[in-house]
Amino acid sequence: MLELEHVQFTAGTTNIVKDVSLTIPEGRFVVITGPNGGGKTTLAKLIMGIEQPTGGAIRWNGADVTHLSITERARLGISYGFQAPPRFKGMRVSDLLQLAAGSDQQLTHDQCCAYLTKVGLCARDYVGRDVDASLSGGELKRIEIATILARGSGREHSLMIFDEPEAGIDLWSFAKLTETFRALHAGGKATVIIISHQERIIRLADEIVLIAGGEVKARGSVDEVFPLIMRDTVSTCSAAEQEGL
Amino acid sequence: MLGEVEKNLLHVISDLDELPAEGAFNLRENGKGVQRRSTKNVEITPKTDKPGIDIRVAPGTAFESVHIPVVLTESGMNDLVYNDFYIGEGATVEIVAGCGIHNCGCDTSQHDGIHTFYIGKNAHVSYVEKHYGEGEGTGKRILNPQTIAYLEEGATLDMDTSQIRGVDDTKRFTKVVVGRGAEVVISEKLLTHGEQSAVSDMEVELNGDGAKASITSRSVAKEQSHQVFYPRLSGNCACFGHVTCDAIIMDKARVRAIPELTANHVDAQLIHEAAIGKIAGEQILKLMTLGLTAEEAEQQILDGFLR
Ligand SMILES: Nc1ncnc2c1ncn2[C@@H]1O[C@H](COP(=O)(O)OP(=O)(O)O)[C@@H](O)[C@H]1O
Ligand SMILES: [Mg+2]
Repeated sequence: MLELEHVQFTAGTTNIVKDVSLTIPEGRFVVITGPNGGGKTTLAKLIMGIEQPTGGAIRWNGADVTHLSITERARLGISYGFQAPPRFKGMRVSDLLQLAAGSDQQLTHDQCCAYLTKVGLCARDYVGRDVDASLSGGELKRIEIATILARGSGREHSLMIFDEPEAGIDLWSFAKLTETFRALHAGGKATVIIISHQERIIRLADEIVLIAGGEVKARGSVDEVFPLIMRDTVSTCSAAEQEGL
Repeated sequence: MLGEVEKNLLHVISDLDELPAEGAFNLRENGKGVQRRSTKNVEITPKTDKPGIDIRVAPGTAFESVHIPVVLTESGMNDLVYNDFYIGEGATVEIVAGCGIHNCGCDTSQHDGIHTFYIGKNAHVSYVEKHYGEGEGTGKRILNPQTIAYLEEGATLDMDTSQIRGVDDTKRFTKVVVGRGAEVVISEKLLTHGEQSAVSDMEVELNGDGAKASITSRSVAKEQSHQVFYPRLSGNCACFGHVTCDAIIMDKARVRAIPELTANHVDAQLIHEAAIGKIAGEQILKLMTLGLTAEEAEQQILDGFLR
């Protein structure tokens, strides 16, 4: 279970995350959505330990992780797929997948391929490639997602956070990815948080959390929250309002 | 026959645990050729006028490996050697050279290997060279290799050099003259640490139409070490040349990269790229989210970079 209690993050004088309290039970599949700049990525980084909260507490499976390092949180099962993943000269896709899986399990070539297939990459072409500038944005993004799958799979009590996994991905791979998330959900073992703007991903969720202006604006089931999102989308567009829409 | 220290050096520089069971080789230990074997196609003969060997590869040789490792274990050894390679037309060979120094004394151990390649028409040479130093002594470990290669029409040279660790001071000089339709690919990897200094001076002349050169240098400079790269490429005909210098700088190290291009012909196409920078913070963070400590993350990034 993940518990956020009055989590705050201030950079300089800007309150980026204001006062977020959220409880996500084990095995829950949650989609966080909301406008750009709303603080979603920052919240994910606070959970992973990449940023330190300026207030509040974060607990994972009952343990206070608020002041633990990234490495310590990772070893407790928390993983985070970056919105903009970095590239590594000379590191192969298979190397990165192996690092993600951890030294306690040795990935076979077939296992590496299976993770890549799950994100819609033709595994044979990618396993031996370098994770460098030769990859397109969409390819890099899918490899990033595959590393999170490799990390979370086969581990008890894992929390997998994906940050806009759909970004830069073509329709075909997106369909494959949605399938993979659906299967992950059906498996029910991992706790999953996906930051997304895609209706097809939002519709997979047990629960939707709408974040805007650094705050939780709404949370609930798809049926409860989705109409709010649709209404907001129209009402925040002032031109549409003037037209009486 | 080989002691433990020699065996370890041999392993690091040539991946061999013993002298090769077959194929041509020459083992040089502390300034003397101690063992050698020629084969039907590869003849190795000691020079009579100066230290070193001549290696002659018969024209049309299908594929053979030639190992010419050098090990230095006596402190204070100053070893200068001339090795000349004559590669016959159409031959394909792999040459594994390398020098390991174990210096546990207080005197400087130095090996200067001067390698000259005459590569015949349509011959293919892959040349692998590893340099490594070790030993607890205060004596310096110095390696100053020179590689000079002449490529005739259609010949190729694939040169892969790396200096892995423990060499205090190195001045490397490489000169390649590339003929018509011939191609040279140079990949250089270097890691310096402590107070080490490394200079790599490289000169490639593209002299025949269709000649190609690709030079890639990847290096990591740690602690107080110092590196200088000076790759020069000149295009004297319709040719293509590319130089990339890519360095990771850490701690208080210093790196200079000075690529130089000279085009003496309107159809010479020459490109250079040079980048020096520290490890990106995002890379370390990413690997930490996979459960690595910051130190482990750094090591993985460097290992990949110099792979
Ligand atoms: N370390 C930081 N310092 C200053 N501003 C930041 C920092 N991190 C994020 N921000 C700002 O906070 C806001 C929220 O960012 P982010 O969490 O990336 O939003 P989202 O992922 O919802 O689009 C943005 O305006 C962003 O520019
Ligand atoms: Mg974001």
